Amino acid sequence: MSETPKIELRNVCKSFGKKVILDNLNLSVAKGESLVVIGGSGTGKSVMLKCILGLLKPESGEILIDGEDITNSSGHKREQILLKTGMLFQYAALFDSLTVWENVAFGLIQAHGMKRKEAKVIAIEKLALVGLGPDLADKTPAELSVGMQKRVGLARAIAAEPEIIFFDEPTTGLDPIMGDVIDNLIRDCTQDLGATTLTISHDMESAQKIADRIALLYKGNVVWAGLASEIHTCGDPYVEQFVHGDVDGPIKLDILKP
Amino acid sequence: MEKNFLATIGRVFLSFMAAVGRIAIFTAHSLRHCIVPPYYLRLLGKQMMDIGYYSLPVVGMTALFTGMVLALQIYVGSSRFNAESAVATIVVIGLTRELAPVLSGLMIAGRVGAAIAAEIGTMRVTEQIDALVTLSTNPFKYLVAPRLIAGLVTLPFLVLIGDIIGVSGGFLVATEKLGFNASNYLNNTFEFLEIRDVVSGLIKASVFGFIVTLMGCYHGFNSTGGAQGVGKATTNAVVSSFVLILISDYFLTVLLID
Repeated sequence: MSETPKIELRNVCKSFGKKVILDNLNLSVAKGESLVVIGGSGTGKSVMLKCILGLLKPESGEILIDGEDITNSSGHKREQILLKTGMLFQYAALFDSLTVWENVAFGLIQAHGMKRKEAKVIAIEKLALVGLGPDLADKTPAELSVGMQKRVGLARAIAAEPEIIFFDEPTTGLDPIMGDVIDNLIRDCTQDLGATTLTISHDMESAQKIADRIALLYKGNVVWAGLASEIHTCGDPYVEQFVHGDVDGPIKLDILKP
Repeated sequence: MEKNFLATIGRVFLSFMAAVGRIAIFTAHSLRHCIVPPYYLRLLGKQMMDIGYYSLPVVGMTALFTGMVLALQIYVGSSRFNAESAVATIVVIGLTRELAPVLSGLMIAGRVGAAIAAEIGTMRVTEQIDALVTLSTNPFKYLVAPRLIAGLVTLPFLVLIGDIIGVSGGFLVATEKLGFNASNYLNNTFEFLEIRDVVSGLIKASVFGFIVTLMGCYHGFNSTGGAQGVGKATTNAVVSSFVLILISDYFLTVLLID
């Protein structure tokens, strides 16, 4: 008897108008596992993440967290579920009207009802975890570089010590060194928390660094899933093409030939 | 050809009705979240300062010059049939019942409505609203409710101050330029003024405050795309506020006349 998966998607379908984005998608993430979903742009990775978070509603199928069907929950119930999660957005999505520490402490103050003074102490601790000094705490996000903003976003995602953390393209738009710094931070922070993580990415190097398991998404479906270590030896034609970045192969891009 | 023409009319009508429906749902949603806790009092205070206090110069200036020009124009007209004694009464009734609330409403639409649409629109396109949701914070409660309540509550105060400044402007012109006796003018001002003249203007102001903040929030919330989408949202917020203020002004006048 296997354990209930932390996150499970069963036959999830989502389309916009006539365009089908997710086509009977099945996926599960075990407790404490780090799953990276890779795939080209437009394959439905972001839509999948938004469906899990409840920002989009799938047309059919079920999404379960801790074995509980949350597909159609909204309002207070959805807020309770989201208390268990943290999310790092692709462009960090920091609140530009608030200071850095207020951003990190946002969930603690608003959702967990913590006093501002206590929350500030924790926020500064979390900032230290991602390598940012307390002198940055009172700056606004616009004063920081992109790499710093991303680290603040990470600090915000882990501030309330969530059980599940989602990462949306954590290394996109960063230089290779900063990308590596973020990868290491993600690994260390999530391991310390024992959190389950679901990452979407198209950066193979980053995926291999942070993943226990990797799933390849193509046309709204998982075409391959396996251990991160198997990705170079599995011999799957989809994976081969994606890893090597070939134009020729089973993955067809919607590009009109001139 | 004829068929196409009818189809176009139908399409325009349907999309108009769809927009009305969307705004109605948005309004119902917003009102519910204004009433149901939690309340963000700190944000409400900030919005009251932004929408109310910082609009004082604009509203005061508008009221002052409206009162001044009103005294001048009505003097020109009424002196043709020796009814100069009506100037004070017409200025005060015109201002309190009509001009102070409508002109203040329009000024606030330009100042506050545009700012709200731009701010919330930018938060939408940079995923900050999604980030709010993932931090278990309802964006209607956090962003919309404080602005709506601030608009509803502060506009009557602004207009009341505008009434006083406007009447003073008229007084200044009448006594300094048109040679009215100061005490006679003041007597005439208050002789025929009724409480309900002022109150009906304040009720209008409250409704206009609601319209302006609602349109700002609605268009900001539903903006798509990047900078262009935010620009469009801002324009739509201001234009729809203007139109709704002018239309609702007529119907409010009909309602409040008895």
